[in-house]
Amino acid sequence: MDILNALVAFANFVLVPGTAYGAQLALGALGVTLIYGILRFSNFAHGDTMAFGTMFTVLITAAMQSAGISFGPLPTALLALPFAILCTMALVLATDRAVYRFYRKVKAAPVMLVIVSMGVMFVMNGAVRMIVGTDDRRFADGERFIITARDFKSMTGLSEGLAIRTTQAITVLVAVIVVAALFWFLNRTRTGKSMRAYADNEDLALLSGINPERVVTITWLIVAALATIAGTLYGLDKSFKPFIYMQLLLPIFASAIVGGLGSPLGAIAGGFVIAFSEVTLTYAFKKVVTYLVPETWAPDGLVQLLSTDYKFAVSFAILIIVLLFKPTGLFKGKSV
Amino acid sequence: MSQSHNHSPSSAYRAPLYFGAMAALIIGVGFIQSWNSALFILNMGLISAIMALGVNLQWGFAGLFNVGVMGFVALGGLAVVLVSTSPVGEAWQAGGPRVIFALMLGVGTIIGAILLWKKLAKGRVRALFVTAWIVVGFFLFRAVFDPAVAAIEAINPAISGNLGGLGLPVLIAWPIGGLFAAGAAWLVAKTALGLRSDYLAIATLGIAEIIIAVMKNEDWMARGVKNVIGLPRPVPYEIDLQQSEWFIGMMQSIGADPVTASSIFVKLCYAGLFLAVILLLITAMQLALNSPWGRMMRAIRDNEVSSEAMGKDVTGRHLQIFVLGAAICGLAGAMMTTLDGQLTPASYQPLRFTFLVWVMVIVGGSGNNWGAVLGGLFIWFLWVEVEPIGRFVAQVLTSGLADDSGLKEVIMDRMVYIRPLTMGLVLLFVLRFNPRGLLPER
Repeated sequence: MDILNALVAFANFVLVPGTAYGAQLALGALGVTLIYGILRFSNFAHGDTMAFGTMFTVLITAAMQSAGISFGPLPTALLALPFAILCTMALVLATDRAVYRFYRKVKAAPVMLVIVSMGVMFVMNGAVRMIVGTDDRRFADGERFIITARDFKSMTGLSEGLAIRTTQAITVLVAVIVVAALFWFLNRTRTGKSMRAYADNEDLALLSGINPERVVTITWLIVAALATIAGTLYGLDKSFKPFIYMQLLLPIFASAIVGGLGSPLGAIAGGFVIAFSEVTLTYAFKKVVTYLVPETWAPDGLVQLLSTDYKFAVSFAILIIVLLFKPTGLFKGKSV
Repeated sequence: MSQSHNHSPSSAYRAPLYFGAMAALIIGVGFIQSWNSALFILNMGLISAIMALGVNLQWGFAGLFNVGVMGFVALGGLAVVLVSTSPVGEAWQAGGPRVIFALMLGVGTIIGAILLWKKLAKGRVRALFVTAWIVVGFFLFRAVFDPAVAAIEAINPAISGNLGGLGLPVLIAWPIGGLFAAGAAWLVAKTALGLRSDYLAIATLGIAEIIIAVMKNEDWMARGVKNVIGLPRPVPYEIDLQQSEWFIGMMQSIGADPVTASSIFVKLCYAGLFLAVILLLITAMQLALNSPWGRMMRAIRDNEVSSEAMGKDVTGRHLQIFVLGAAICGLAGAMMTTLDGQLTPASYQPLRFTFLVWVMVIVGGSGNNWGAVLGGLFIWFLWVEVEPIGRFVAQVLTSGLADDSGLKEVIMDRMVYIRPLTMGLVLLFVLRFNPRGLLPER
């Protein structure tokens, strides 16, 4: 019985939140890795693109709520999401036309594009703050829980509860659908294949008549959708706070690099590796250990390996370990 | 780079012209706003210029992509606290030696792990053994470290709760701030240099966040988010000046108000100190960069492969210049904390302390030290002044609205975010239309 309780406590505090966070990071890292694969630069503006997309969702959700539209037990934000994706796509395409395209034409070095993306990051950052401010916004409505801790306890008779929030379940579900759709697109459709061909070998792809501008446009559209979805899911699960999205840049980049920059499968694996390491290393295991060991051995301290404030250090340490031992990442990314 | 830029007639006058315009801008602030604001812009501008010199050394002369400026700047600030505040005797007795012993254990574990990894034969046994070594070392470290920290932080938490510093003059903290940053940079460079440029960028981004996290949470060191205030100064205090005979006499003879004059006098003292540091740095850098060493650096930047073929140790040189550049950022950080008189770890934001410095370097002209200084002064000026200008414009545009209207309030409230927006636009326009910056590399 105690082992069961320990397992439930572990699931409640590590497994479930870690899975949701991992899915959010994976979606973010997919965006970074696609830009890297096709446009061949590290996009520092990705965190703020996510913030922009989420801001659209927040604003549209608020408009829908005031118009009396709701999604029943599900958050209204899911209804707003498609519209927000369209807005973000327009924004990102406009940015590409106004800013990035010029540097493709003059064949600028990748590092130049990284600096350009810093400029885009500044602009987006300022714009989001000017439009919605910096307050913490909760925009999740509908049912809060699928299973509450109390229901779980009364159902199973265990003394530990397992709570699953609606937003966590939605995060995982949406992530699975999005990833499945993305891989179907990349592997089965003509356009997706041309994208992969372009990523693998630009010259050969050009020779076989692939239109590079079309590939780039489609990449931006997919990235805009991924960024908006990732940002919205993260915002639903926690809350929308613009500056948090810039801080997400580090774990997202770490996920993409750990998985292998340019490899979509790697981005997903990397996202979960980073998320679970962060959650596991910063979780206080006191409860779990107390269930597992005899009463007299029960720990006094929190049995926490690292304070939660050091979660960045975890992504960073994993990043360094992978770079030292497997410089191209777990899934053999590419290098420019 | 080609020599033609050297001979075009406009380029010879360009630098004095731009610096003259910059001086006019700052003097203009003095006349329109106040001399206090003008000197505030000048002092922080000079510090920004030093940060820009550090990044310019790494990026402009070696092509190294450092986005961890914030971390190095913050380490400089930490040095000020650790050098100049007075030691807390009780705290040292409570846990000082134990904390130091714990840190030595931690470092020993890491060095031991590296040595073991190198000495043992490749294989599963080595991986297991090294992992076990690290795990045991970590728990030993925590076993010594945690109680010591608790003991230190329990001593008088409202005003200290930390070990304090060495009680040395604050100016000594400036080079030590540079050393701190250099040490951190050496560690980053040892792991991430020689890998791809993007990886160095992400590694520096990460180390900066970690440095800030440590400074926020390790209260025993510099009180974390409880901040350290009232740091010692290298210049006189306003209140002392206002009470000293000679100062009052001097101000009366020129007909100035001693209270305002004292704060201007203090700021002028800082400006003098900072100018001296900048002139020293720039002289040293110009000499170094025009020497064979500097030419080698630029040769490496422009073509790594051929430099390597000529027998140059590319990674070694990169390590050298990365550490030097970071040291300059650390020095600037120590100067900034001294000027502020306080260390507030929560105030370090990457946008302000990393990416803004990059805007300074690019706008000023990467590869040109005078450009970095000009960029530092100009971008800092813009960063400060764009908000009141934005407010003024918004005031005019919303003049039709009542003063208590919600919309007007919101617009005025959010004008502060016009800063990042403007910086982004400036960076994008410069990159697009004048990528070599205001003062291009010759």
